[in-house]
Amino acid sequence: MALRVGTDLVFIDTVRESIEAHAEHYLERVYTDREVEDCRGSNGIDPERLAARFAAKEATLKVLRPRDQGIPWNSIEVRRDPSGWVELELSGPAAALAADAGRDRALAQHRSRGRFCNRGRRRRLLFRFGRGRPIIGA
Amino acid sequence: MNDEIRQIISAHARLPVDVNSLSDDADLYEAGMTSHASVNVMLGLEDHFDIEFPDHMLKRSVFESIGAIASALNELRSEAAV
Repeated sequence: MALRVGTDLVFIDTVRESIEAHAEHYLERVYTDREVEDCRGSNGIDPERLAARFAAKEATLKVLRPRDQGIPWNSIEVRRDPSGWVELELSGPAAALAADAGRDRALAQHRSRGRFCNRGRRRRLLFRFGRGRPIIGA
Repeated sequence: MNDEIRQIISAHARLPVDVNSLSDDADLYEAGMTSHASVNVMLGLEDHFDIEFPDHMLKRSVFESIGAIASALNELRSEAAV
């Protein structure tokens, strides 16, 4: 089975502008409560962290390749382990799409610099879809 | 309705071209709208029309053109009227 690779870049400023323009409406429709809490610092919500998460969601969609299915962004959750590892967990329509695709592993990579999402570091995520409730491990 | 949609696209889609230069069936993604910008368009539509796009409508095809957005809004309004 062919390997699928998903990539995405998001301007940090566009996320900052979305927070300013739409506030909670933006956060609720795109991110899970856990993601918002993970991105909250002493100075409030960090747009850079949210941008990295949005890029991961879009990269995941490129791996899943939905056709005519609606996939809410918050059905793809980026989880940050206290040790620094990143995991993704799919729920609802995203989980169903992964199961229907019959794929047990996928590799996605995103890289960014400067104004983009993750401080110029290269990050590689290895996704693993388990039976039932898909779990993606970094 | 299409004029209102154009105003929202102008405000939120960050297109590199004037939205009024696009036809109703022009592909907004090809015109330069990013996935993240489409989120802002969706939020702008929800605020302006006081609606909420259900999960099954959160797909690329719903936001790919002014005509597609108008069709989705009409569908939501007809469902609300039932």
